Amino acid sequence: MQRIYLDHNATTPVDPAVLAAMLPYLSGEFGNASSIHTFGQRARAAVETAREQVAALVNARPQEIIFTSGGTESDNHAIFGVIHSASSRASLHLITTTIEHEAVLNTCQELEKQGVTVTYLPVDPNGLVSTEDLRRALRPETVLITVMHANNELGTVQPLPEIGLIAAEADVYFHSDAVQSAGKLPLDVQTLQVDLLSLSGHKICAPKGIGALFIRSRTPLRQFFYGGHHQRGFRPGTENVAGIVGLGKAAELARLSLEQDATRMARLRDTLEQGLLARVPDSSVNAALAPRTPNTCNMTFPGIEGEALVIALDLRGLACSTGAACSSGAVEPSHVLTAIGLSTAEARASIRFSLGRHTTEAEISAVLEIVPAAVAQLRRLSPTYQK
Amino acid sequence: MTTEVKLDSLPEVQETKPGLVAVAMSGGVDSSTVAAVLQQQGVPVVGLTMQLWNQRRLPELQGDGPAQHRCCSLDDVYDAKRVAQHLNFPHYVVNFEEQFEKRVVRPFVEQYLSGRTPIACTNCNTDVKFEPLLRMARQIGAERLATGHYARIRKNESTGRYELLRARDVSKDQSYFLWGLTQEQLSRSDFPLGELTKQGVRDLARHVQLPVAEKPESMELCFVPNGNYVQFIHAYSRSEGISLNEQEGDIVTEQGSVIGRHTGLHNYTIGQRKGLGFAAGKPIYVLAIDTEKNRIVVGEDDALRATTLEIESVNWVSVVEPVFPICGQAKIRHKHEPAPATIEVLPGNRARIIFETPQRAITPGQAAIFYDGDTVVAGGWIR
Repeated sequence: MQRIYLDHNATTPVDPAVLAAMLPYLSGEFGNASSIHTFGQRARAAVETAREQVAALVNARPQEIIFTSGGTESDNHAIFGVIHSASSRASLHLITTTIEHEAVLNTCQELEKQGVTVTYLPVDPNGLVSTEDLRRALRPETVLITVMHANNELGTVQPLPEIGLIAAEADVYFHSDAVQSAGKLPLDVQTLQVDLLSLSGHKICAPKGIGALFIRSRTPLRQFFYGGHHQRGFRPGTENVAGIVGLGKAAELARLSLEQDATRMARLRDTLEQGLLARVPDSSVNAALAPRTPNTCNMTFPGIEGEALVIALDLRGLACSTGAACSSGAVEPSHVLTAIGLSTAEARASIRFSLGRHTTEAEISAVLEIVPAAVAQLRRLSPTYQK
Repeated sequence: MTTEVKLDSLPEVQETKPGLVAVAMSGGVDSSTVAAVLQQQGVPVVGLTMQLWNQRRLPELQGDGPAQHRCCSLDDVYDAKRVAQHLNFPHYVVNFEEQFEKRVVRPFVEQYLSGRTPIACTNCNTDVKFEPLLRMARQIGAERLATGHYARIRKNESTGRYELLRARDVSKDQSYFLWGLTQEQLSRSDFPLGELTKQGVRDLARHVQLPVAEKPESMELCFVPNGNYVQFIHAYSRSEGISLNEQEGDIVTEQGSVIGRHTGLHNYTIGQRKGLGFAAGKPIYVLAIDTEKNRIVVGEDDALRATTLEIESVNWVSVVEPVFPICGQAKIRHKHEPAPATIEVLPGNRARIIFETPQRAITPGQAAIFYDGDTVVAGGWIR
């Protein structure tokens, strides 16, 4: 069966060029980047090249980039790192949003247990936070604002430059989870005015298990892991050289093809969205009026269970997703969709298509045949949909 | 159409396989074997495992040990996935936690608190497995749902009705939990194990080298991790704000004389002998739970026996609702040997069952099933 993959916000295939760049470091070039000898020096050179490539993607300096195991570690490191470097934890305050990824939300909840006060900013029906709300939430004891750049479920892009400005004026550290915007939107840590930025490899065609954290110079960050002196002691542990090389190459590809990829994906996404709106009665696009990442399309098809639609589509060769999967693989209602005001039933009737660099027009045409047929089949047997 | 798309090198639009059957997979040996049996018959299958209950909901019930062999433990889900992988068919986990709580767990607790002794498995079959799960199976393109139940379905060509029959292996028979199925549900269900023995199922599982072939059977109510209902009901009621009548009350004889105190009605079931808190000369049993007067009525074994009972919410499974009484056998709990009886229709979707000889501990909240030989004629809840 020829399968179509429209779940790039979950993960992306490793780009062939990325794989090619990594392969030597999984065989002959096996050195430990901390070793003195030639093997080590060659690995070190590769790691530092990758650091430059990642830095270039976000317009940072290479020494401001540390490599991590992925987005979750980067988020944890940034948030715990800022809070735990403060002298006393009891009266601290941090600000985030209700639609963050679990890597941020659950970290904040853990901090609440440790005595930190957390404000969860609401979002409007398009998934956007209000800078007015943010200003009002600031307190003298606020130490950190963490707001994601682009949302994984909706694609909504938050006004980071404005938020960064507010943070700078208030002298509060500003972290952003940019896992979903890297490779889809221009990322410039100077324009966005962030102090900390999380990146993940496998969302930009690098492998899983590698990510990065931008740490602006002079941001006091308590180290997260203890061990050797790797990565200036910020992130001890022998470097995952092959993964780092892959992330570097992927960052370079993302930087060089960003404009082209974004334009192309946006055109295909719009074709998909307009096509589905026309072919599926009563359908709607979520966060349609917000600035969005060019690859993400979240739609509601009233009367269906998104979970059943995802399975029905998978059996027909189309991979897409709904909500967030829990460890068993079952679907839980999305906290993001309810945060933008959808009812539980509407949230359940929603589904996400996320395109990638290699998505083709022919695939989108096929999706426009498969999805309306599957939705009609589900609705025929739906106890709630009447037409 | 508002879109103009080029149709060059269009991937073929896939349709699901004709005759696709969904298998409800718990991760146990029975339902896994169902998938294997169907596959051997050349039937295309898709596995569905229901996520029904989150064991983290009531953390105080978690023991110290690992969460093994419990409903919806991740181990069971992974077992189902391993079987699907081994046999090479698609498998998905589907979330029915909300329906399960609303239609099984909460009614179970509420019934218990009202002095009845409910059976959760029947509700789970009628209201979850053969309702939303069967619907989802059909929505994803499967025509039928197969389960690991030990029972049989037969179409009676002369009446046109689907009939529910006891399993060939009567010791494993689960028809007692399936009496609520409608004709529509029966027409779309398959019980491939109905002709097999448990040993036969194990042998088949071993023969096709299922990774769960040696897995022990789970006997307990799936959402009560340690088998302790009373503890579960306490914990669930507390977390849901359901008020629990923990008030002590009298234990009385049939004549009404007080002979002891009880510790809260939900701690007792009809027919119970142990734990009444006093020693009498002869064995004494719980005869009735009187929620109105908050008391337990006890008596001797003879008083526990009755010949007549009424059932409500009756489902005439394999036959059209009869005009005249029917002779057959009736069963009043899962482990009860069906005894000769007649059944007659009462108004209001009720029926009366009259046994030839008195039966012990007819318990409100349990189901009574009426058989004609192997055929399930009707079932209903004991009033």
